[in-house]
Amino acid sequence: MKRRGFLAVMGAAFVAGCNKIAESETGSRLLGAAEGWHKSAHRFLQDRKALAPEFPRSAVSPYFRGNGSVDPQNGDYPAQAANGFADWRLEVRGLVETPLSLSLDNIRRLPQRTQVTRHDCVEGWSAIGEWTGPQLSVLLDAARLKPEAKFIVFRCADNLNGQDYYESVDLIDAYHPQTIVAHLLNGEPLPIRNGAPLRMRIERQLGYKHAKYLTAIEAVASLDDIGGGKGGYWEDRAGYQWYAGI
Amino acid sequence: MKRHALSTRLWHWVNLVCVVVLFMSGLTISNAHRLLYWGDWGFSSSQAWLEVPRFPDWMTIPGYYDLALARDWHILTAWPFALGLLFMWAAMLLNRHFRRDIATARSEWRWPAIREDILRHLKLDFDHGDGKYNFLQKLAYGLVLGVFLPMMVFTGLAISPGIEPVLGWMVDLLGGRQSARSLHFIFAFALFGFFLVHLALVLLSGPVKQVGAMITGGRSDEA
Repeated sequence: MKRRGFLAVMGAAFVAGCNKIAESETGSRLLGAAEGWHKSAHRFLQDRKALAPEFPRSAVSPYFRGNGSVDPQNGDYPAQAANGFADWRLEVRGLVETPLSLSLDNIRRLPQRTQVTRHDCVEGWSAIGEWTGPQLSVLLDAARLKPEAKFIVFRCADNLNGQDYYESVDLIDAYHPQTIVAHLLNGEPLPIRNGAPLRMRIERQLGYKHAKYLTAIEAVASLDDIGGGKGGYWEDRAGYQWYAGI
Repeated sequence: MKRHALSTRLWHWVNLVCVVVLFMSGLTISNAHRLLYWGDWGFSSSQAWLEVPRFPDWMTIPGYYDLALARDWHILTAWPFALGLLFMWAAMLLNRHFRRDIATARSEWRWPAIREDILRHLKLDFDHGDGKYNFLQKLAYGLVLGVFLPMMVFTGLAISPGIEPVLGWMVDLLGGRQSARSLHFIFAFALFGFFLVHLALVLLSGPVKQVGAMITGGRSDEA
């Protein structure tokens, strides 16, 4: 018992020291910088188009868990859902030459990519699903990005804890072949808990990047003026890493 | 000649800090989803092979539940931990510390000798003659340096979605991402077990001299 008490006291002192470091300017900068070191290492090691693993159809999980918003009740989402998303529009806007406004039918008629991939939540769980939809690069090429565009922001219909969900990626992930605007999961229209009627798939990053209930795709030069300025809902709200490939 | 080379001493203390930070921030990450699975996927208790207890805040970094901050600590410390291990292996091979002190000879793998070694440990008799480390020490240090610590790095890399497009074969070799995550957890606790035994044996075998030697290097004749 005494030894356990000793470890507990040492542990508490160690945690207090760590928190002192985390609160210091150098410490917090160092903690923030590690994410960038991993991103640089990943980008150095991976080919830009290197694919996340794809699985056979038989590997699909029997049920695909939903997380975060699983049944949005804000705005006109419930009405849209009741209407089978017949009037849903996806805008492609921001730093583009030709802004687009697409119906679900427009999206279904584009060239499609189907991929069976594993979804990894930041919390630690994984599920495998088959996703179908057009590649984001097809939409961006149709709208023609302006040269000053550096990031792609995903706008979402769901409001979680009083803030609109959004996410963003850089152009490397935006143009990655597996980055698709999915409208089918396992061959069926997306269930509401998984982001109906449209969600992003960013396969080399963790689940919170895969924005659900997608309403707009916005090309921007900087993330500073979007939301809280950190590039995403969880990044703003809880300090999650913007580069979620770690 | 010093009992512990400078490279060994430097690595030992840097590694200790890294392992403690990684372990305690890892407990916060474990608290985020307390189920472990085998294979590629798993998300609910029906697929889990183990439900891990919730670790109390005092055991964790940052001392309260903050997954983002725990991950920041974890991915920052992973760098000196992994690069330090690489450095230690290079140093051990170059200065022959590994061949001379840690690698076991075939003749040491004899049950009577091993039993004798275990009995002497149980009697807290740590006086051994020739050679720096006895058989059990060699085995423990060899396992930690050669298996437990490297496996922490490999299984950690395997659960990183940005690494998988590059090292997909390694994830397959480990049995899939959720198996790699389970192994990450198992090896973390294997290391924690080593840490407790190591600490206890240092305390029992003259802590002042032992810790002093790991700082100053000590003298080889007092081994």
